[in-house]
Amino acid sequence: MFDYETIRLIWWLFIGVVAIAFALTEGFDFGVCTLLPLLGKSDVERRVIINTVGATWEGNQVWLVLLGGAIFAIWPAVYATLFSGLYVAMLLVLFSLFFRPAGFDYRGKIENPVWRNAWDWGLFIGGTLPPVLLGVLIGNLLLGLPFHLDQDLRAFYDGSFWDLLSPFALLCGVVGLLATTFHGALFLKWRTEGVIHNRARTAVAVLGPLLLVSLAMAMSWMLTAVDRPEITHMAGTSAASNPLNKTVVAAGAGWLSHFLAEPWMLLAPMLGFAGLVLAWLLGKGRSTAGAFLMSSLGIAGVLLTVGFGLFPFLLISTTDPRSSLTLWDASASHATLLLGFWITVVFLPIVLLYTRWVYKVIWGSVTEAGVLKDSHTLY
Amino acid sequence: MFGEDVVMLSRMQFGLTALYHFLFVPLTLGMTFILGIMESVYVMTGREVYKDMTKFWGKLFGINFAMGVTTGLTLEFQFGTNWAYYSHYVGDIFGPLLASEGWMAFFLESTFVGLFFFGWDKLTKVQHLVVTWLLAVGTSLSALWILIANGWMQHPVGAEFNYETLRMEMTSFADVFFNPVAQVKFVHTVAAGYVTGSMFVLGISSWYLLNKRDIGFARRSFSIASAFGLASVLSVIVLGDESGYTSGETQKIKLAAIEAEWETTPAPASFTVFGFPDQDNEKTDFAIKVPYLLGLIATRSVDEDVKGLKDLRNESAERIKRGMVAYAELQKLRSGDSSEQTRQRFDAYKNDLGYGLLLKKYTDRVVDADAEMIQKAANDTIPKVALLFWSFRIMVACGFTMLFIFAIAFYHCAVRNADQKPWLMRMAVWGIPLPWIAAETGWFVAEYGRQPWTISGILPTHMSVSSLSSEQLWFSIGGFALFYTVLLVIELYLMFKYVRLGPSSLHTGRYYHELQAGQAH
Repeated sequence: MFDYETIRLIWWLFIGVVAIAFALTEGFDFGVCTLLPLLGKSDVERRVIINTVGATWEGNQVWLVLLGGAIFAIWPAVYATLFSGLYVAMLLVLFSLFFRPAGFDYRGKIENPVWRNAWDWGLFIGGTLPPVLLGVLIGNLLLGLPFHLDQDLRAFYDGSFWDLLSPFALLCGVVGLLATTFHGALFLKWRTEGVIHNRARTAVAVLGPLLLVSLAMAMSWMLTAVDRPEITHMAGTSAASNPLNKTVVAAGAGWLSHFLAEPWMLLAPMLGFAGLVLAWLLGKGRSTAGAFLMSSLGIAGVLLTVGFGLFPFLLISTTDPRSSLTLWDASASHATLLLGFWITVVFLPIVLLYTRWVYKVIWGSVTEAGVLKDSHTLY
Repeated sequence: MFGEDVVMLSRMQFGLTALYHFLFVPLTLGMTFILGIMESVYVMTGREVYKDMTKFWGKLFGINFAMGVTTGLTLEFQFGTNWAYYSHYVGDIFGPLLASEGWMAFFLESTFVGLFFFGWDKLTKVQHLVVTWLLAVGTSLSALWILIANGWMQHPVGAEFNYETLRMEMTSFADVFFNPVAQVKFVHTVAAGYVTGSMFVLGISSWYLLNKRDIGFARRSFSIASAFGLASVLSVIVLGDESGYTSGETQKIKLAAIEAEWETTPAPASFTVFGFPDQDNEKTDFAIKVPYLLGLIATRSVDEDVKGLKDLRNESAERIKRGMVAYAELQKLRSGDSSEQTRQRFDAYKNDLGYGLLLKKYTDRVVDADAEMIQKAANDTIPKVALLFWSFRIMVACGFTMLFIFAIAFYHCAVRNADQKPWLMRMAVWGIPLPWIAAETGWFVAEYGRQPWTISGILPTHMSVSSLSSEQLWFSIGGFALFYTVLLVIELYLMFKYVRLGPSSLHTGRYYHELQAGQAH
């Protein structure tokens, strides 16, 4: 069917698609949770906010689970190196996600203001820490990570948790948080009326410029001042996966020339900025669905910029450049990639179809009156 | 290699988080099916009480489901964070199974669980019923994929070692999928989940009946639970026996340890019902044996041997020596000597490579291991017998006790006098913990019984861990202990609160607490 090189490239695209689907769907769930205690003053207002995502956040979270599972299956070495290397950071993401299932489901089960307020801040943590940490993670993917592989291809991490918090990575963390909060505000505005709708619109108006400025700073920093290594020799794009069969040299700031070598890749950052600018302009006015669509395109553009920029790297090693993992030498076997391809081709459309149906069923403005009427069934 | 403490702490963390996760999984498996049955009756008969049953038991299911989701995330992360070399070594086989679980199961259950709770007024009766059944199918499919993955860890088929990539790679997906160990484990485990749901509903309904409240509601719930529970517990036991048979073929050491079978005895082997295994002297004190039974379970014959632990240990020692040859040839291949002769010799020995890796615990220079190291590594292949022996017996005892409870409950439902038998209802209330004890001890037997391997015969546990420090592990174990304890307290508090409220929590005005309040006015 597909030769090894082609299927490796297809999977690089697929994983990009899953990552973007995760960022777009979980993105607004995160944002809504961040905004929850900030925009909702009373219990009823907060329940309106929670119920905009109450019926669907769980399905959205599966994109994260699938992203993890797909990386495990398709790039086992990346899964192993990244998750064990960034041990403390990954566990902090995990611990902060713990607040969400219980927060959504348990909050409404007891009518006590202290209880409910505590869970509101729990949901805030669950919506705020993950995008910050994942932003920091993306920053570190661009900077490269200090790790090496030994002769058995066992990964060793040569840094500490605190090394992850460099200024550039922290800036990426800020971008991550602003992006999900902005996206979440647009979603909230779309699905509510009255007071919450108006506060969400104010949030959009304020967050938009902050996001655009921080994103512009991060991108120009990356293009001008972040080092990018170069592969000088590798076994070939269809060779057996062994990352040590290549030579890589550390080089100076190379991101700009990497993009200029294939100028069409510049469409990605352009899409990112254009989408987010339009989302802001439309979103601070009356537009709901249109603005949300624009922010979705914008976030997809930003993530594509990261993917294109790294290509063909998946994880860059700063301490032993030869150990860097690329999509050509860190993938699963040819047979497994083909198997995964067919499973995906069959199940992706099915999942999208029923997800769409579920959204259609539950769609409609969440209002205070509705929340009070269904007080015992809604969150 | 790594410090023993990192290996121990990694194992402890995985064991605790996996066993903790499995406090919630079986109830989810069982409850979704029971909800499907209750709602089907509602749609067929149109009687509101069945809708109320679906909604109320659904509330309890929801409290449990949230914990299942929370603790399931941990396992997805943990292969990468704590078992990185494992992930590299077998990701080619294990990864696609987890990803398939995502595509086919997690999306299904997680997408429809929201509609189950919030779709009552937005869907037709039949549409909602379909949603509930999709939720049930999703949870069971999730068990299917994870048990195929676990079955592969117990009995790895359809894969071989690739010396270029230094890992196992899949050679046949069909072999992995239709792995006999996996298929048997799947049915055994989901049926155990159905038993858990049934025991939960049976016990709580009995408590309402004992307290003479919401009689009609509780009696109907009791009937459904007794019938579904009886069918399920029978499948668990039958499939458990099937499990014994497949273990006899594929996991000989585990089976021999469960039975405290130290010596190979002439066929047919007898079954040790009871006794005190003595690891140091390699014998079992005060053993009570049933002639022929083990031979029948493990080999389905009266003329085949069931190997004892001492002989199995000698076999391990032989395989370790072959594994050293495989390792030596692999070293040659890696240093660039890929001549025909080296490859053939490697291929001839590579099935025992994993046994060679057992020596890595004692020396980095596997090829030069001495007789003492080989003996130590061979000893490692024999687990602590008493732990397995007793865990297994506790599991079986729980299973048969539940069979007894369900059988009597079903009989009295059939003759329509179950709610006049307080002793039966008390037994059902006190029986609630049994399925959990059985499930936890069952997993302990399956996983501890596989030691010293993560992938049986392929990858030793001490090789599988990530390159971490014990400080990092203490950080994570501390975090899990903190979060899991707090969450468990909250979950149990809510569970008890809603069980006490009963169907009155639906605010329909038709049930006990609301009727009491109505009378008071």
